[in-house]
Amino acid sequence: MKRIALNALFVVALLLSSGFAQNINIGFTVSKTGALNVDSLEQYRGFELWRDQVNAGGGVKAGGKSYKVQFVGNYDDESNVKRVQQLYTRMILQDNADFLFSPYSSSLTATAAIVTEQYGKIMLTSGSAEGKTYTLGNHYLFQMFAPGTEYLKFVLDMLKAKDPKATVAFVYEDAPFSVSVVNPGKAYAQQLGFNVVFSEAYAPNTTDFSAIIDKVIAAKPTVLIGGGHYPDGSTLARQLYNHKVNLKMITLLVAPDSPQWSELGDAAAGVIVPSQWEPQTSFKAEYGPSGADFAKAYTAKYNVPPSYESAGGYACGLILQRAIEQAGSTDTAKVATALNATDITTFYGKTKFATTPGEHGLQIGHSMVLAQWQKNKSGNLVKQVVWPLAAKSADLVYPIR
Amino acid sequence: MIDGLLIGSVYGLAAMGLSLIWGVMDVINLTHGAVIALGMFGMYILFTALHLNAYLLLLPIIAMGLVFGTLVYWTSVHWVIGRPQLSSLLSTFAVNMIIIGAGTAIWSTSPYNVNFSVPGFTVGLYTFTGNHMAAAAAAVIIALALELFLYRTRPGKAIRAVADNREAAELMGISSTTVLALAFAIGIALAAASGALVSTLFPFTILSGGAYQLKSFVVTVLAGLGRPLGALAAGLLLGLLEGAVTPFIAVSWIPLIEFGLFVIVLVVFPKGIFAKATA
Repeated sequence: MKRIALNALFVVALLLSSGFAQNINIGFTVSKTGALNVDSLEQYRGFELWRDQVNAGGGVKAGGKSYKVQFVGNYDDESNVKRVQQLYTRMILQDNADFLFSPYSSSLTATAAIVTEQYGKIMLTSGSAEGKTYTLGNHYLFQMFAPGTEYLKFVLDMLKAKDPKATVAFVYEDAPFSVSVVNPGKAYAQQLGFNVVFSEAYAPNTTDFSAIIDKVIAAKPTVLIGGGHYPDGSTLARQLYNHKVNLKMITLLVAPDSPQWSELGDAAAGVIVPSQWEPQTSFKAEYGPSGADFAKAYTAKYNVPPSYESAGGYACGLILQRAIEQAGSTDTAKVATALNATDITTFYGKTKFATTPGEHGLQIGHSMVLAQWQKNKSGNLVKQVVWPLAAKSADLVYPIR
Repeated sequence: MIDGLLIGSVYGLAAMGLSLIWGVMDVINLTHGAVIALGMFGMYILFTALHLNAYLLLLPIIAMGLVFGTLVYWTSVHWVIGRPQLSSLLSTFAVNMIIIGAGTAIWSTSPYNVNFSVPGFTVGLYTFTGNHMAAAAAAVIIALALELFLYRTRPGKAIRAVADNREAAELMGISSTTVLALAFAIGIALAAASGALVSTLFPFTILSGGAYQLKSFVVTVLAGLGRPLGALAAGLLLGLLEGAVTPFIAVSWIPLIEFGLFVIVLVVFPKGIFAKATA
């Protein structure tokens, strides 16, 4: 009896000493295993850094109370849609999640969104660019990434300025995200007058690209645009290099944004990636840390520079935090109203959500940049911002080989 | 097309292991894919630790494969030989799950790469990578070595004798248990070697063996059971087919064609196209 009383006293003391009135429970899954592992982990680190910094600063302050941010779940979704469906339900029903962040990738997010919307929970999505999910009449879904239709606009604009006679091949992963990027990209390329000489999608788990590469060589494009996620994108780049395919420009989705990309060595050089954010982009933050402070804290904690997935993850937290503060409450309806009214610039850039019923929650404020892997004077590979010209940190290298 | 032939020889090597075990002991070895993946990781670990020529590292991998195969034989296969095929299917499937589970815990299912490249050569616009050619050469050498072993050495002949008629072989003084253990170990070592070769070509995860296991089934059915050179030839045929059809159709259709072929061969040549000619 005495022991129970002592334990109870200890627990009460522990609760009091934390200084927080209540917790905010945030649920999400991470692809700790499976094909999306690399990008998902980077997104998670963004969430984690935000949580640690907010709690160290006394938590989220709303309506005169301090809330401690607590992650519930943090399960491994195995990069698998079925697991996402089970786990998001579990986080809402059993783990009492107040708010949710999305898993990584458009396909997993589309599934999670069905669950969160069904239970009327707010979910901020990062690492998910496909726009279709937002046309389904959701009320509590808010997108942090610029949608897929934006990815290739800059690429093709830049190409038009540099080499209007270029011939283009599209080689891309047969997955919701890359398809949602490439289809409008292809249409835009034709609209700009480019000759699209080859276009083929490959299965998401492809490791042997030799057959597709042979077809690309036969079609004689000068520019290749495509990819999907990390494993296929890195393999495609490596095999394009090993097969000495003569291309003036290679643009791949997602994969080259990861700091890990430099491990490909010479195959990595020159590759361009449409990016949601780069450490070199300098937005004047009206809320939260500056880009430099974010990058510094991130690098200090994880020993690698942040990718745009990391920045998107951190920004998710930041925008939710601001909405809760504005709402003065953690009530879903009030926070949703605050999110609908969000129009703010953070280190990550501008964030504004569409509020029309046909595309509610779609990101309409954020704009993208193009980054290219280049060798610096000491021969090391670094990622430089090359477009838009106003934001560039280095000149575009064209042709690359 | 040439790329297809080169990769086909590796398919052939992978299938040889499956075919040998299936043919000799009538066990469909479902650990095959997992062992291929272990071969990949074996190469990755040895290569990152030692930085030796990847093809030299095949020797320790084959040796480890033999040891591991013997171990698996005595722990989970020996007891189910001669029982209904479902028993051995279940038992090898269990080992498969154990390997994949342990592998996932250690390496997760993230992709790994063996950063080893051999310079290739260029003909016109097309470049053939050195890795593909070296892997094909290694596969052919291993296949020939196995053929020599089976047809020219005493233990090899004993394996064939046991495969033909276990009781008769025992009456001749051959210890069928030892021979079965040896055949199983060799089958596993072949799978590991093919995995190691694949790892020098493509990135891989602990789950990557599955795709090669499926291809091995197609190759084994094409070739008929227990014939190493037949498996190599069928592997080449499969690779050639992949190479020949891809210019005309989207690459995602290849599995459909392969497994369509699988069904057709099963129906038309139930003993394999090569087996029929020699039977």
